[in-house]
Amino acid sequence: MQSLTNRAKVLKLKPLSLWERLYLPGIFKGMAITFSHIFQKKATINYPEQKRPFSPVFRGLHVLNRDEEGREKCTACGLCAVSCPAEAITMEGAERKKGEENLYKEEKYAAKYEINMLRCIFCGLCEEACPKDAIYLTETFAPANYTRKSFIYGKPDLLIPDPVTQPGEYETAKGKIEEHKANTRAKKTD
Amino acid sequence: MDLLLVDWSFILEKFFLIVIVVLASLGIALYTTFAERKVAAVIQDRRGPNRAGPFGLLQPFADGLKLIFKEDIIPLSSNKALFILGPGLAMVTALLTSAVIPWGGEMDFFGRKVSLQIADVNIGILYVFGVVSMGVYGIMIGGWASNNKFSLLAAIRGASQIISYELAMGLSLIALLMLTGSLSLKTIVEQQMSGAWGGFLGWNIIYQPLGFLIFIICAFAECNRTPFDLPEAENELNFGYHQEYSSMKLGFYLFAEYINMFISSVLMATLFFGGYDIPFVNEASLAESWGQNIVAFMGIGSLLVKTVIFIFIFMWVRWTIPRFRYDQLMDLGWKKLIPLALVNMLITGAVVLWLNK
Repeated sequence: MQSLTNRAKVLKLKPLSLWERLYLPGIFKGMAITFSHIFQKKATINYPEQKRPFSPVFRGLHVLNRDEEGREKCTACGLCAVSCPAEAITMEGAERKKGEENLYKEEKYAAKYEINMLRCIFCGLCEEACPKDAIYLTETFAPANYTRKSFIYGKPDLLIPDPVTQPGEYETAKGKIEEHKANTRAKKTD
Repeated sequence: MDLLLVDWSFILEKFFLIVIVVLASLGIALYTTFAERKVAAVIQDRRGPNRAGPFGLLQPFADGLKLIFKEDIIPLSSNKALFILGPGLAMVTALLTSAVIPWGGEMDFFGRKVSLQIADVNIGILYVFGVVSMGVYGIMIGGWASNNKFSLLAAIRGASQIISYELAMGLSLIALLMLTGSLSLKTIVEQQMSGAWGGFLGWNIIYQPLGFLIFIICAFAECNRTPFDLPEAENELNFGYHQEYSSMKLGFYLFAEYINMFISSVLMATLFFGGYDIPFVNEASLAESWGQNIVAFMGIGSLLVKTVIFIFIFMWVRWTIPRFRYDQLMDLGWKKLIPLALVNMLITGAVVLWLNK
């Protein structure tokens, strides 16, 4: 019968020849193989300093977006919470007051916005559901903490830095992907 | 008054030598653990420990501290005295061997000739064998006192393995002793140094390649190193004879293994590779122009380089070859190595007789 790939090997169960029974040639061959591996490219990287490039569709921790003037985009419509299969998102909406136009883009905003990162399955449905481009999944991943409670991320943890008051941090948060890609490329060459 | 007539400077000299040799063995064993992890890593295309200090050089100290600060558990059902004796015995026997090894030639301290050997015993090799065969007690007692079936199995395995391979090891050395005619390690090294090409052609490896092969295989088995690490076969016996040990007692066992490895590497270098002989260099004429002390230091360096190469081979083999099955181990020891060693002995004896005629 023809196999699917034509790469199947027929097992030969012949008794070992004298050369094979000497065992030492085989050992030296194996040792030569392991020795050659000393000079081969390492399969691992120095993790915290170097990072592997992510795929463009990688889904990590969430970030709440702002517009160019630094106003929060989220209107607390609740679509993300509805779409969330893990029911990780809770929010409370509030009405924008006079004088808060520089803080919130629309008349309604999220007074409280929490994502339970222990429940979240990082499916990215919230990002797809959001009509206001307010929530994004980033490349940050594997958060570590001591308590379960600290895995419930509130607005301070989620909001992207303000581009007006903290332009530097905002740029790094936004340009992290580009910088990261350049970084891994540079590390690869050396 | 007779007591004061003892040569105090001799005692002092030996005392310092012992301290230095013991500390050096410990230090080298410490860094051998690090080297083992690094060698394992590069052979497996990994990077190895590189977090503690530059290039991870402080890693052995981190490991040691961790072991010291762990809780020291003595199982209730164990035999306490023996349980404590086991790792100590393993450590002591590992260190004892270093007493007869000539670490270098003679040095000149303010007109006083100091031999870089703790004790030039004329039965050096016999002493080494005596101590090495004591090493099995560390494993036996540890495994027995733990009162754990895996430990006991490992101890039995270790004992039978070490006893079996000691035979072949001794027989392979008898052929060597026929050539040298002396059991003193110092004499053996000096004979090798007097060969042509600055001593290189005097090295015993040239006359005893088969003997060396048998010796190195047996050395692997005596040190419980892969492919003969049956006493601590992790996937069969969990952890082997030191299963129940924790904290520094475990550390002692692991450490003793590395000291054993170091000492057997030194022994192989001494017996077969000219010891502290620097190849292609005539030490005696060099000592006249450069001074005795410098040449002695170079000799120590030469011995250490050879030792490091052997330690690397130990590790290289460990990360290449899978473990033997128990019956294969016994088969190799009794049916292959011992007859081979006997044949080697016969041939050597015949050649020696023929040449002397």
